[in-house]
Amino acid sequence: MGKILVMVAQRLALGLLTLFIVSLIIFLSVELLPGDLAQEILGQGATPETVAVFRHQLGLDLPAHIRYLHWLGGMLQGDFGQSLANKRDIAELISGRLGNTLFLAGLAAVISVPLALTLGILAALYRNTFFDRAVNVFALSSVSFPEFFIAYVLILFLAVQLGWFPSISNIGPNTEFFERVYRSLLPALTLTLVVMAHMMRMTRAAIINLMASPYIEMARLKGLTPRRVILHHALPNALSPIINVVALNLAYLVVGVVVVEVVFVYPGLGQLMVDSVSKRDITVVQACSLIFAATYVLLNLTADVLSIVSNPRLMHAR
Amino acid sequence: MDKISRLTDLAESGLVDRRGFMTGALALGLTVGAASSLWSNTARAAAKKGGHLRLALGSGSTTDSLDPATLDSTFNQILGYGTLRNCLTEVKADSSVGPELAESWEAQPDASTWVFTLRKGVTFHSGKTVTTDDVIASMEHHRAKDSTSAAKPLVQSIESMKADGPDKIVFKLTSGNADFPYYMADYHLCILPSKDGKVDATSGDGTGGFILENFEPGVRATAKRNPNYFKSDRAWFDSVELLSITDPAARTNAITTGEVDVMERVDLKTVNLLKRRSGINVIETVGLQHYTMPMITTQEPFNDNDVRLALKYAVKREELLEKVLRGYGRVGNDQPLAPANRFYATDIEQRTYDPDKAKFHLKKAGRENLKVKLSAADAAFAGAVEAAVLYQASARAAGIEIEVVREPNDGYWSNVWLKKPFCMCYWGGRPTADQMFTTVYSAGAPWNDAYWTNDKFNKLLVEARATLDQEKRAQMYREMQLIVRDEGGTIIPLFASYVDAATDKIGHGDIAGNYALDGLKLTERWWFA
Repeated sequence: MGKILVMVAQRLALGLLTLFIVSLIIFLSVELLPGDLAQEILGQGATPETVAVFRHQLGLDLPAHIRYLHWLGGMLQGDFGQSLANKRDIAELISGRLGNTLFLAGLAAVISVPLALTLGILAALYRNTFFDRAVNVFALSSVSFPEFFIAYVLILFLAVQLGWFPSISNIGPNTEFFERVYRSLLPALTLTLVVMAHMMRMTRAAIINLMASPYIEMARLKGLTPRRVILHHALPNALSPIINVVALNLAYLVVGVVVVEVVFVYPGLGQLMVDSVSKRDITVVQACSLIFAATYVLLNLTADVLSIVSNPRLMHAR
Repeated sequence: MDKISRLTDLAESGLVDRRGFMTGALALGLTVGAASSLWSNTARAAAKKGGHLRLALGSGSTTDSLDPATLDSTFNQILGYGTLRNCLTEVKADSSVGPELAESWEAQPDASTWVFTLRKGVTFHSGKTVTTDDVIASMEHHRAKDSTSAAKPLVQSIESMKADGPDKIVFKLTSGNADFPYYMADYHLCILPSKDGKVDATSGDGTGGFILENFEPGVRATAKRNPNYFKSDRAWFDSVELLSITDPAARTNAITTGEVDVMERVDLKTVNLLKRRSGINVIETVGLQHYTMPMITTQEPFNDNDVRLALKYAVKREELLEKVLRGYGRVGNDQPLAPANRFYATDIEQRTYDPDKAKFHLKKAGRENLKVKLSAADAAFAGAVEAAVLYQASARAAGIEIEVVREPNDGYWSNVWLKKPFCMCYWGGRPTADQMFTTVYSAGAPWNDAYWTNDKFNKLLVEARATLDQEKRAQMYREMQLIVRDEGGTIIPLFASYVDAATDKIGHGDIAGNYALDGLKLTERWWFA
């Protein structure tokens, strides 16, 4: 157990270093984009004079490294700062959006993870049957189409023709829970179709891989049912790769959904980040990217810890 | 006739029923048939209170704020100006200027001093009464030295402002301006509550027909009707909800599935499919918005007017209208005044595609086989790149080789426009001839994107601005339109209409074209029929 704690501490320290590097890279790449916040906000209406005043008010006329150090200084004190564009508190700006993003990711995960694992196990159990092939073809085709295409197909059938679901996810802070689930269901289904194949195929492959092992043969020879062989003998040993794939897809559900957000007008973090990049609102971009990077770091760490816990050989290594 | 219009007014406000209306109309000498059809027209047009409007807008960003100095897209314009606040004056559907927070105004004979009288007893949502101090502070918000307001050039002509008694404000201008009441209707210049000379620009408090309930930038805003609104014949909806849906497909889906009642900016590529759907009306408003191609006239080869004329004759305007705008607009005549403008000269001949004339001017300039680069990106306007390619084809027949340079949308306004010698651009238009000419065509103006100077034009511009005699002014503006058309540095091939859509439950009167969305006042002017 002590070993795990040491590893977690080490990984968290490395994670902090990663976040620092990410913030530096993001800052530099936004600097490289043409135009700055003053020009983007003032748009066609900018005059050299107003741009200069604007830059001075926001400190954009300072050299880049000084602006970065200012931001870093605030960050280390836990202060995300304000949006440069509309002076709103970033913590407040992000909290609602982050909540929406996590809600959508959670909803999609609640549907897709059990579904993918069940289908994967069933496909392994009935491998090379019609069922196996059908599930594979379906999952692979849905992952091969671009997200927006799947989204539009779902909208066409479920929203426009049948009218079961709204075509846009109009949710606000006061939307109650079941209404929220109902309004978020189409984007969640889209995401489910996108991430399911990866997890399902990995579950199937990991289990089938183990089915050739001698101890599985032993279990079979003992006369156990195929179901018991898979659930009690194969699955526990296949958990490690499955957990890793699930973690990767959960991270994707949080950080990679901007296209789905646009199609369904879902007010999530991705849309916030795109808006902020297009207006060069660097403080908001930094805050969003740190959240995204932290999501990856934490989910990977969780996956590794769970892999170790699920594997006695790693847990009690000598 | 006056009595009849009074009668229809009564009918519209529901004070007279059909029986009363028919009796009254017959008594006034109308026949039964005429009275009956007048009743049904009136009843159909009658606005009534109630309902929750959901409006899908094609703009809006997380970086939006309610500060009138930064209202840069239709979302925050219709919210920050049309829904929550008012100006001193208002541009009406017939493009004349009418009173809003000012009850009346008058000018000194040379139009350099204007006295506005405030409407009495108007209150902000917070309950505070509108005073002359609020008006002065609201102007100062844009006028101050460190202001970054886009309206700064508008208010720079104000030399001084002072209150004269409790409800009169005297504006002294640096020079005469007959259009000053129009300036005061600009959406930036809405009146904000102030304290000790500092305005409250961001809370959303104003005098408007709706009170802000919730504003999530880039997502939505909701507002409920202001029960104390000073206009009794406006603000019909109980509440309004503005949704930012920037993706055209999502916007179209939203209106076809009944998620919204009105959508802004119909995708012209699919407009005919949308029109075929029952229960949805596509609404075209001919506005002031136009697409332009400025040539920097201080650089070779555009410093030669014959080259500019050749390039003007080489545009197939009808083709651009048909292919880029799907017919939703009008062809332009290389001058920026729209037909809706008071001073639009109807007798100027429309310029058409004429490769022979183009060749003639090229020869005169000694530049046969002219080669130019045209910078284009869809940031200039939707379809700008297609328009550039179509222009390339029509110009080739006139002996001009145009190389279309595809520029990135990002930073288009800061790196391409005003910098590249020949590029695509658009203008939302200005409600007055003077504003339009001053902003983009006067010598030294920061947005004179062709860097064009013409002494005669500039002299006329100053003279016309201070002339109160309408006929004389019209004559001057006619001459200026001719100068811009024949000597200016800008090709203006198209005027683009605003194309929006609404469900058939929505009612509205004549739609103003000075800005998008019924002069940005859709929320207070439209209703549920």
